Amino acid sequence: MTLIPPENLERFTQAPASLDLYRITKKFGDFTAADEISLTVPPGTVHALLGENGAGKSTLVKCVMGFHPATSGEIMVGGHVREIQHPSDARKYGIGMVYQHFTLVPSMTVTENLVLSRPDVPAAVNWKRETARLEEFMATEAPFKVPLHKRASELAAGEKQKTEILKQLYLKSRILILDEPTSVLTPAEATEVLALLRQMTVAGRLSIIIITHKFREVFSFADDVTVLRRGKLAGQGKVKDLDRDSLAAMMMGGTSSAKPVPSAPRATTSTSSRRTALRVKQLSVLGDNGLTAVKDVSFELAEGEVLGIAGVAGNGQRELMEVLGGQRPAATGSLEAHGQPYHGTRRDILAHQFHTLPEEPLRNACAPMLSMAENIALRTFDQPPQARWKWLLNFRAIRKSALPLIEAYSIKTRGPDTPIRDLSGGNVQRAILARELSTLPLKILVVSEPCFGLDFAATDFVHQKITEARDRGVAVLVVSSDLDELLKITDRLLVMSGGQITYETPTATADLAVIGTHMAGHG
Amino acid sequence: MAELSATPSVQPGSAGLAPLPASPRLRRAWGPAFEAILIPLGAILLALVLFGLFCKAQGQDPFKVYASIYKASFGSWFAFQNTLMRTAPLMLTALCTALPARLGMIVIGNEGALVMGGIGAVIAGLAVPAWPHHLALGFMALSGIVWGGLWISLSAGLRQYRGVNETISSLLLNYISIAILNHLVNGPMKDPTSLNKPSSFPIAEEIMLGRITFGDFTMRVHWGLAFGLVACVILWFLMQRTTFGFQARFIGANPKAARLGGLPVNRTTLITCFLAGGCAGVAGMVEVAAVHGRANESLAAGFGYAGILVAFVARFHPLAIVPVSLLLGGILASSGILQRAHKLPDSTSLVFQGLVFLVILFSDSLYGRFKIFKP
Ligand SMILES: Nc1ncnc2c1ncn2[C@@H]1O[C@H](COP(=O)(O)OP(=O)(O)OP(=O)(O)O)[C@@H](O)[C@H]1O
Ligand SMILES: [Mg+2]
Repeated sequence: MTLIPPENLERFTQAPASLDLYRITKKFGDFTAADEISLTVPPGTVHALLGENGAGKSTLVKCVMGFHPATSGEIMVGGHVREIQHPSDARKYGIGMVYQHFTLVPSMTVTENLVLSRPDVPAAVNWKRETARLEEFMATEAPFKVPLHKRASELAAGEKQKTEILKQLYLKSRILILDEPTSVLTPAEATEVLALLRQMTVAGRLSIIIITHKFREVFSFADDVTVLRRGKLAGQGKVKDLDRDSLAAMMMGGTSSAKPVPSAPRATTSTSSRRTALRVKQLSVLGDNGLTAVKDVSFELAEGEVLGIAGVAGNGQRELMEVLGGQRPAATGSLEAHGQPYHGTRRDILAHQFHTLPEEPLRNACAPMLSMAENIALRTFDQPPQARWKWLLNFRAIRKSALPLIEAYSIKTRGPDTPIRDLSGGNVQRAILARELSTLPLKILVVSEPCFGLDFAATDFVHQKITEARDRGVAVLVVSSDLDELLKITDRLLVMSGGQITYETPTATADLAVIGTHMAGHG
Repeated sequence: MAELSATPSVQPGSAGLAPLPASPRLRRAWGPAFEAILIPLGAILLALVLFGLFCKAQGQDPFKVYASIYKASFGSWFAFQNTLMRTAPLMLTALCTALPARLGMIVIGNEGALVMGGIGAVIAGLAVPAWPHHLALGFMALSGIVWGGLWISLSAGLRQYRGVNETISSLLLNYISIAILNHLVNGPMKDPTSLNKPSSFPIAEEIMLGRITFGDFTMRVHWGLAFGLVACVILWFLMQRTTFGFQARFIGANPKAARLGGLPVNRTTLITCFLAGGCAGVAGMVEVAAVHGRANESLAAGFGYAGILVAFVARFHPLAIVPVSLLLGGILASSGILQRAHKLPDSTSLVFQGLVFLVILFSDSLYGRFKIFKP
């Protein structure tokens, strides 16, 4: 793990101001997403914001960032009340945000990304001068290094997130807001990035508000914590005075504590005796840049089995997923479902009941402007009762079939007619999971990062659903960068590295160290 | 990031309007509808003011000009029929832009599809001069649909299979279609008796499209108006109420997600564009069968381009196309009076259309900005 040399911290001088939110309320119509929330972030501290999906965490920080102004309440920076109506106001007061998803332009170099993110960038950029300036910033102020002339697309996820943070420092942000910043990182990368940030706050150079669902990060990283529940303040305090159970109780309103669901007993029959549901044969896939992203991958998935693909994000998993979901053509190789060639047409999908759920559902699996009910109907809209005579839409049936799913997956929404893009990140994930998991005749299920952005109760719920599906005989493939998740729910593990399957092991006898070396590409 | 960009940054007070005195519930139900109606209306009002300034600069009293426009378009039964005659092709050509817009495509090949549909109709009409009236008309309409439909499908195919931008290709196809028309009426299809305006042979008088009649009451307006109305209603139904329309809307909202559901993206795009071009083709058939009786350069009279304007003002909603076509039909009908009574140049009506178009395009950026429409 890299650490910031002390002299670098010294050079980085400007100290952050204190940030106080005073009774911030945000309403969407007659729905209150945040209700009189107050919190204080003293200079040089880390404040964790916790809460179940749809609790109002993103809504609250978007008020601070000026993406939507608060309905009422005051924001104080350095003890002065500040009007923040627009993101540029937030920037003016030294507040910057790092998102769950990367905002770097993939085809541009790090230098270009940083320079062009400046608000005062001139129409004609003098690249020589800007590069010199940036190099000076790197040499004098930047607490850690990133490769300046590499393209953003060539960076690993951890490096990208470091670049995002560095970008904020370059923009002179001293109060950083991080919205689930580690979901895209492997645990090791997450620890590294958080440790760097921690060091800078301890040195009094930075204040941080971090939204997270991971208790581990709260306890090892934050000074104070605020828990939201249904838009209201559910608890607040110093992290050192709290423990896991009391936090979980605050989040869930005291009704449930964080009891991990015992993972269902694994099916005992050996894999070889079961029917093969999905066969991937010597698959090669080109990535967006035209280079081979998946090289000659073959594997089989049996009925009643959960197969996991582990790997550091960006090793071809996304492209593999897109081929399985019919969103990208294969360069060579083929897919077979239940022994027949599979092409991902609607007829094939129905015949084999083969559902795919890619990562980032709002971008890859949803029509953001359409209603939640319509999005949930993607798999069924042309089947009765949602379609009459195969042709006529029955909106009543479409809405009606969404209602029990909203209930079962506890999706927080104002109703099935809400456009899906108005749902919180975790609730979008729940809605799409409901769509893919709820069909009863489901036979093959491929999911990527199924618990991205979900709170712990929802994570357990989804794991349980996946295990249930497996016990019904569904063939499940889970692609995830969260190794703990894979160890918990899979029967067999593959490791993907550099676009290839480099290692295979039954999960029961998996050796973490061996998996780790293969994930790092040293197999 | 995706989560954030979905929320447009709204600045309070950016709209200098008093909040609607409606309850939140009422506002939630009607806010978006109000927005969809009031913004285009406001835009048209602004265009009226701008055009008034233009008239003023030309030394004319804008109020008198507007009075004349009203008189020449809606002021009398006679004038109103003039308007209706122009409404018919406008509705049909507007659909040519409005349907592909549901798929996220901007097609502006309306004029070309209209011309091709007209050519197709003439060829069909010339081939079957002796068929019974209705059969011959049906055959001509079908031919118009196929010619116009294939024309726009060409654009769609180029986009889906070759990555060519559909806006550019459909625009260029307009010029090609007019060149084809010129070639045909000057060459293989030329009627030697048409001297100063080269035209095709005329179709038989017996198979022309007649005027609308109810009992003894005959309008000067031809049945093309009914074609337009029916097409708008059917296509609204298709896009809004059928599984095909659902597919199209899903593809328009996110093609990647549509592929995930196995929706036939290419096929849906081609079919939608075929239908769109077919509508413009029917407009060409109506022009031939009800108005000109033959194919000549009068086919490319600008109804196609005006249809683009109608589609944008109607926000690509097939039913909204009907009233907007009526409005624009009125403006087109009054272009003569501007010249005669106010000595304004012939192209003044084009200036007005252009102004409306620019203001409407600009007003597109206003959606979601006004707090009062927010649920
Ligand atoms: N633009 C909007 N319009 C209407 N409702 C919204 C809008 N943005 C958010 N909401 C609603 O506000 C509530 C809080 O959403 P928010 O995004 O703050 O949740 P969150 O705590 O960040 O949850 P997650 O952990 O799932 O990201 C949700 O119920 C959501 O549906
Ligand atoms: Mg959120």
